[in-house]
Amino acid sequence: MPTVDYQLKITHTEAERQLGICNSCRYCEGYCAAFQGLTRHRSFDVSTVSHLANLCHNCRACYYACQYTAPHEFNLNIPALLANYRAQSWEEHIRPQVVTRAMQQRVWPYLLLLLIFIIVFSAGLGAPWLSDLPFYQSISHNVMVALFLPLFVLPLLAVAAGVRSYWKSIGGSKPRISDIAQAFASAATLRQLSGGQGQGCNYEATERYSFARRIAHQLTMYGFLVCFLSTSTATLYHYILDYPAPYPFFSVPKLLGVGGGIMLTVGCTLLLYLKRKADPTLGSEKRTAAEYTFTSLLLLVGLSGLLLYWFKGSLLAGAMLIIHLALVAVFFVAIPYSKMSHGFFRLAALSREAQLKS
Amino acid sequence: MLQSIKTIQPRDELITPGAGDFLADVIVVGGGNAALCAAITAAEAGVSVALLERAPIPYRGGNSRHTRNFRCSHADDLGVLSGTYDSDEFYQDLLRVTKGNTDESLAKHVISNASDSYRWMAEHGVIFQPSLSGTLSLSRTNAFFLGGGKALVNAYYQRCEDLGIKIYYNTTVLDLHIVDGKCDGILADIDGTQAYLRGGNYVIASGGFESDKDWLAEAWGEAARNFLIRGTPYNRGEVLKQLIAYGADAIGDPTQCHAVAIDGRAPEYDGGIVTRLDCVPFAVVLNKHGQRFYDEGEDVWPKRYAIWGRLVAAQPDQVAYAIIDEKSSDLFMPSVFPAVRANTLHELCQALGLPAEQALATIETFNKACQSGDFHPTELDGLTTQGLSPDKTNWARPIDSGPFYGYELRPGVTFTYLGVNVDKTAQITFNGKPSVNLFAAGEIMAGNILGEGYLAGFGMTIGTVFGRIAGHEAAQKTLQNANS
Ligand SMILES: Cc1cc2nc3c(=O)[nH]c(=O)nc-3n(C[C@H](O)[C@H](O)[C@H](O)COP(=O)(O)OP(=O)(O)OC[C@H]3O[C@@H](n4cnc5c(N)ncnc54)[C@H](O)[C@@H]3O)c2cc1C
Repeated sequence: MPTVDYQLKITHTEAERQLGICNSCRYCEGYCAAFQGLTRHRSFDVSTVSHLANLCHNCRACYYACQYTAPHEFNLNIPALLANYRAQSWEEHIRPQVVTRAMQQRVWPYLLLLLIFIIVFSAGLGAPWLSDLPFYQSISHNVMVALFLPLFVLPLLAVAAGVRSYWKSIGGSKPRISDIAQAFASAATLRQLSGGQGQGCNYEATERYSFARRIAHQLTMYGFLVCFLSTSTATLYHYILDYPAPYPFFSVPKLLGVGGGIMLTVGCTLLLYLKRKADPTLGSEKRTAAEYTFTSLLLLVGLSGLLLYWFKGSLLAGAMLIIHLALVAVFFVAIPYSKMSHGFFRLAALSREAQLKS
Repeated sequence: MLQSIKTIQPRDELITPGAGDFLADVIVVGGGNAALCAAITAAEAGVSVALLERAPIPYRGGNSRHTRNFRCSHADDLGVLSGTYDSDEFYQDLLRVTKGNTDESLAKHVISNASDSYRWMAEHGVIFQPSLSGTLSLSRTNAFFLGGGKALVNAYYQRCEDLGIKIYYNTTVLDLHIVDGKCDGILADIDGTQAYLRGGNYVIASGGFESDKDWLAEAWGEAARNFLIRGTPYNRGEVLKQLIAYGADAIGDPTQCHAVAIDGRAPEYDGGIVTRLDCVPFAVVLNKHGQRFYDEGEDVWPKRYAIWGRLVAAQPDQVAYAIIDEKSSDLFMPSVFPAVRANTLHELCQALGLPAEQALATIETFNKACQSGDFHPTELDGLTTQGLSPDKTNWARPIDSGPFYGYELRPGVTFTYLGVNVDKTAQITFNGKPSVNLFAAGEIMAGNILGEGYLAGFGMTIGTVFGRIAGHEAAQKTLQNANS
């Protein structure tokens, strides 16, 4: 029997071997869509495995329930197998591939980008480190828009191209609204982390069930969306209502910003904590460091936003502004190339699954 | 990879009747479903419990870790089970498979307690799931465990930990000391050190002896050394042997085991569910001399699944080969290893190590004996060969369109039938009299109810119902003794 080193790239014969065993057993069918999808097949080509991999949420229920994990000679580790395939699919479809690979597997690109953006904001755009001026007086609104609009739009284009390429590779046909709606409904509630029968997942709880990861993920996702909504309303206020910042605390942009920032910060902290508790060998080990980095980045985006608000009027506000803007910029660049892409691919895989089931 | 299980020589000189470390009010021997149900029930009644499991943590749970469902009577919709499956129908099913070889009162006791056990299981962390794809025929009668038996076993072990039950892994019970039907203590090897341990009451739930090949060979003949064991390597029956030696009433045919035909490439132990092969009805099956020996199409596979173990066991070298062609390759559940594949039958026979000339002649005769007619893979289609001995009486289609596929078949033992006799309170009887403090649950007493044959999912029902009874009775006895 071959033994598998999950540090290495998993060979496709190994994927076929493991999924073939699952397909003969099927005890895990009730856990999630990946196992339900698996039973449709008798053989597993690369695109099939990629599709199943993007349905998998790494909840690990199948691992802890499995009679064939090591030391059994069948040596199954489906969560690690699918985690690797999932990341490989992002690295393949999101271009340029070198950038995706670097940001999926390395920490330095994040640090380098952060440094670059700090220099851009401080030296380039002349934002002062020590200043108690409100931020819209440190950097002009138009400069901000000129910088952030492309920083926002270009990465989204990269995501769209990547998802399109992935969609074709898994054989997707023209999606119907209902397929996409189903995918969004599933993602919105994170149904796949319910454990299939409402018992929760095993991620950090090993043989027990827990809702911690589902809660942490939802705090993060909704926190992020609320922050995004805050920025969007502020933009609307600015351009449509001709009502520029500053806004008082009891205004829509501020309340959303502070609320979303807290959710994001707490959610990311919890995600990092759970990741520390969980067994790294059930994930893609060579990408673990980059995953920590990305979640930390998101945490710092939220935290620096809150601090910026906290330090308003003090001399530290200038430094906070530079750091916060730099972090946000790194985050935007990272959207397609980092772990963030999992959300887009997940939606595609769920849509495809809805399509296949109808 | 699995270490081969060493035989430990019991140091009987350590047995010191009346003296020895007191372990717990109730000592449970074994760590599978029956043992866990007993331990949890006893601990919830308020007595101290120790559970002795021979396996290390990754392999804990005996054969129970390989299971997928349990059979349950229900008058109404019950969880994942829909409609009704009343006790009468259940009992009739049992009578059919055992040909009446069952203890009616114990059997009915188990059947009538099954639905209560369903609720108990759910309350104790077992999660059920709808019937798996490919098992629709069981959706009314059998409740499937989400994640299978290992998830069930995990849930119970967590519950044991939460209840403060002392769990000893790597602990083999080697001997018991029984005087007049009363157990004084047990000799156990804990992680390599032997000790004489005492408790108040004892629940024996250590399974059958299917993993002891010497014993199998004694019972079945030398051919048994070529059998594969589908489940745990830890059920070697030493406690069963001791009980019988001390005068416990034995029950069940000591020479028989339940065996099915599985993939010959399966590991010697613990291959579990994935090694089963469902291709026989669509195949010609040859022995190592290239000859057919039985009607492959006698009945639908679930009904014939269990006889093929014995059929293959009776062939030279306990091996057979199932051969199919392309048109049948998708008609059955996939199994663990890909089939041996070749473009011609000649190449296939060579790859399988069959005498090509004889095998090809057999297949050619078979092909000629096939008749035209409609083929229906999921029902008895009457598509039979004519003039063969034996004929294939359903699904007989010529093996002629390549590529061709072959599987090696070997007997895979599920469990043995020999056990100890118990009464309704799970007490082991000695000369017809219930023991003072010895109870049995699970496979070790299943022979009372399953005298022969097998009913899918009934092993777990027997273990759960009797495990709970044994735990309850052992705890009540302890509490009564404390009060008197
Ligand atoms: C592959 C397979 C699939 C099956 N599927 C099903 C199914 O779906 N449904 C069903 O109802 N039945 C099924 N069965 C049958 C089922 O496994 C048994 O009926 C059931 O598990 C018996 O439970 P038990 O607790 O008595 O024994 P086990 O679960 O086998 O437990 C015996 C325990 O005793 C321990 N032990 C043994 N000797 C000693 C010793 N000397 N000292 C200490 N500990 C010892 C073992 O390590 C083990 O933990 C299946 C069996 C197999 C092999």
